[in-house]
Amino acid sequence: MLNRYPLWKYLLILIVCVVGVIYALPNLYPQDPAVQISTTNGSLGDQQLDRVTRALAEDDIQVKSAAMTGNNTALIRLVDAEQQLPARDVVDEILDDDYTVALNLADSTPSWLTSLSAAPMKLGLDLRGGVHFLLEVDMDAAVEQRLEATASAIRADLRDERIRYRSTDIDDNALHLEFANSEDRDAAREQISQTFNEFQLENREEGRRAFLDMTLTEQSIQDIQDYAVQQNLTTIRNRVNELGVSEPLVQRQGPSRIVVELPGVQDTAEAKRIVGATANLEFRLEARPDTPDAETETFPFRNSPQRTATLSRDVIITGDRVSSASQGFDQNGRPQVNINLDGTGGSLMNQATRTNIGRNMAVLYIDHSTEMRTVTQDGQQVQERIPTTSRSIISLATVQSALSNRFRITGLDSPTEASELALLLRSGSLAAPIYFVQERTIGPSLGAQNIERGIFSVIVGGLLVVAFMLIRYKAFGVIANAALAVNLVLLIAAMSLLGATLTLPGIAGIVLTLGMAVDANVLIYERIREELRRKTPAQQAIHAGYGRAFTSIVDANLTTLLVAVVLFSIGTGPVKGFAVTLSLGILTSMFTGILVSRALVNLSIGGKPVKKLWI
Amino acid sequence: MRQFDFMGKRRIAFIVSIVLTIVSIAALALLHLNLGLDFTGGTVVELHYATVPSLDEIRALLANSGFENFSVQTFGAADEILVRLQQTFSNDVGSQVVSALSSSGAQIDLVRAEFVGAQVGDQLRDQSGLGMLVALAGVAVYVAFRFQYKFALCAIISLGHDVLIVLGLFALFQWEFDLTVLAGIMAVIGYSLNDTIIVYDRIRENIRLSRSDNLAQIFNEAINQTLSRTLATSGTTLLVLFALFFLGGDMIHNFAISLILGIVAGTFSSVYVAAALLIVFKLERQDLIPVKKEEVEEELP
Repeated sequence: MLNRYPLWKYLLILIVCVVGVIYALPNLYPQDPAVQISTTNGSLGDQQLDRVTRALAEDDIQVKSAAMTGNNTALIRLVDAEQQLPARDVVDEILDDDYTVALNLADSTPSWLTSLSAAPMKLGLDLRGGVHFLLEVDMDAAVEQRLEATASAIRADLRDERIRYRSTDIDDNALHLEFANSEDRDAAREQISQTFNEFQLENREEGRRAFLDMTLTEQSIQDIQDYAVQQNLTTIRNRVNELGVSEPLVQRQGPSRIVVELPGVQDTAEAKRIVGATANLEFRLEARPDTPDAETETFPFRNSPQRTATLSRDVIITGDRVSSASQGFDQNGRPQVNINLDGTGGSLMNQATRTNIGRNMAVLYIDHSTEMRTVTQDGQQVQERIPTTSRSIISLATVQSALSNRFRITGLDSPTEASELALLLRSGSLAAPIYFVQERTIGPSLGAQNIERGIFSVIVGGLLVVAFMLIRYKAFGVIANAALAVNLVLLIAAMSLLGATLTLPGIAGIVLTLGMAVDANVLIYERIREELRRKTPAQQAIHAGYGRAFTSIVDANLTTLLVAVVLFSIGTGPVKGFAVTLSLGILTSMFTGILVSRALVNLSIGGKPVKKLWI
Repeated sequence: MRQFDFMGKRRIAFIVSIVLTIVSIAALALLHLNLGLDFTGGTVVELHYATVPSLDEIRALLANSGFENFSVQTFGAADEILVRLQQTFSNDVGSQVVSALSSSGAQIDLVRAEFVGAQVGDQLRDQSGLGMLVALAGVAVYVAFRFQYKFALCAIISLGHDVLIVLGLFALFQWEFDLTVLAGIMAVIGYSLNDTIIVYDRIRENIRLSRSDNLAQIFNEAINQTLSRTLATSGTTLLVLFALFFLGGDMIHNFAISLILGIVAGTFSSVYVAAALLIVFKLERQDLIPVKKEEVEEELP
């Protein structure tokens, strides 16, 4: 019989629809404005929550619920979004510095839905407000830093092996060692080739002087750069976590860039300082008076730039060896940073200090920064980055006894500086300098407005289409509209399931999908009308209509999908969101336009003797 | 049902298309696209005033505070102000602008501050151009595979025509061309292609069914048969786009414009450019109906 589906087809379509409804459902539950508390020392519990809720009640802030959400995090849901900011201030005041308090929007998905791992769509920054950074990792500096570290290690090695060298010199991707004669050079080459196999070694003579040129291979340059980006990614992630932002995004984009998105953050300056900070520490011994000049460097003091001290070129350890750091005060009330080193760092420190009791050790504060300058080059304005590195001594103290893995640093200006330094040491330093190439701040009011307008235009657009289809195709319009509704549900479900982020262009994509989704049905119905005009019986007309429109629909949609995929691959951020909605929309509209609408037609009039079609 | 003689008027349509294309190319070459922040790099600060401010006053205040190469315009409403700066981004240019402007006593909220490095913009520009070409090439291959190379050629010309006209109008009216507009234009490629494929599909079907060699006639029939579908789908899509245009807010205003223009151009081009070009390229029945291999039979004894 014509126009009947086997039972399994109906069931399959039904199951898809039910699954769609379940996974689209969480989006209907509004998000609660909330304050999130987190700590690193594990002392957050019901007791603190009690204190906080009591204080909030005193300030007339209505609390919906307060509960622990993990070992070290708690969530206080509020009734009124207006009270979110005052609530944060209250909570921040009650809890001390060990706790991070942040604004959050908490899902209120019921537990039976979360148990099916259904969750609402994530909102993009343009819809919820926040900060977006695009960072570029300075690849050249990454290589240069690695060469400096290698030079330092080689110097130590050569001294241990009692091989005399004159100087070490770095220029692009190569390290040049100078020796007094070729015997020393050959001995050094023997030694170096064992340990540093990422270099290509080459001998060079200039008059009497003998050089060893060490050039990095292409592969190892790439490895270094890759490592630098990965390492920076980890570090920035750590730092962002310290900021206590809910649902931050830190992601690599392309070979040398990192995207950071901090929803809800409005204070760009602070976020930027923490994310982009490049401060690090180095521990070095003060040079002995008889140390040759090639092995020493002179630095000013941070607090009194006139004063300088001459330090050995060799670094005992850097801030990278710090396993934990916290801010504190010494007995005079001056800020200090308490530091714990990791195993390697502890033994390196111990070795260096054990043999040098009585000498001075300096803590060197290093800050990489880049300045942008506009210069005119070949008649065009070009922006040039000038990286500057400032190194200054924050403390110089006599080594009283062999140091182990715990000690403290003094000589800092303020408690803020101490706590920021502690944070930076904890989260690790950046393996290469970074700079900001893009930055967007979207106010929360703009976000709310965007959602409101977006949803409104989806509703209006949808209603217009529904009305159009009803007027033009009457009874079949009802079926097309039902298919359209299913399409919207499936699209939202698919986006929620895939964890796609909803952006403003994404909403535009949904609206556009609504307009284009009826295309399949329009094609089919026009075919049916045509068949009817040729006096084909009703059931056959339906059958032929669906059958003949099929190839047109597939061809047309596949090509559009192709374009959407290209858009996805070149786009970033919001545009990617648009491409995702467009592609998903094409897939769901093919399903609903062909299968769902057919199933509805088959169910209602399939196989029955129908004389006239309301189309 | 009334039959329109589309192909008979194809010369007029060609003239219209060529004129539009020339105007677009001229607009692009002479006026250039008004590229948005995404492509040029620079800084944009959007502010909300409690009361409607005077733009000249804002300009004077900014100039007094040492800002250079800036432009001030309203954005959507009269109390929403957009300040564009050429200068590179400093840590808190947003708050600098706010404090410079609020020195006159006005109440100002910072709505958003955006900065894009020049280098990122350049890269994006190259990438977008490349993306569009890749999309067109992919489409061409698909059409050539599903139909025939003459169809592919005509489809590409017709898509290029649509894109060019939308770009040309953006240049002509100096509407801002940002990343969302680029997305809109890619969607136009997809949409216009959709239309073209539907018409081609019908042309192919009719050529196979009919015995006539009068292609203009076959095309006319095919276009007339798909006309109500074309208008219905364009209609619903335009309906939702107008909803977006009027209600979606300023940030997707230009996006909606690009799609509205693109859909009008796409509908026109799928009828006239894409189909009529097939006649120009001398499509023949044999192109679609495989020639039977009769030689093999002749060799048989």
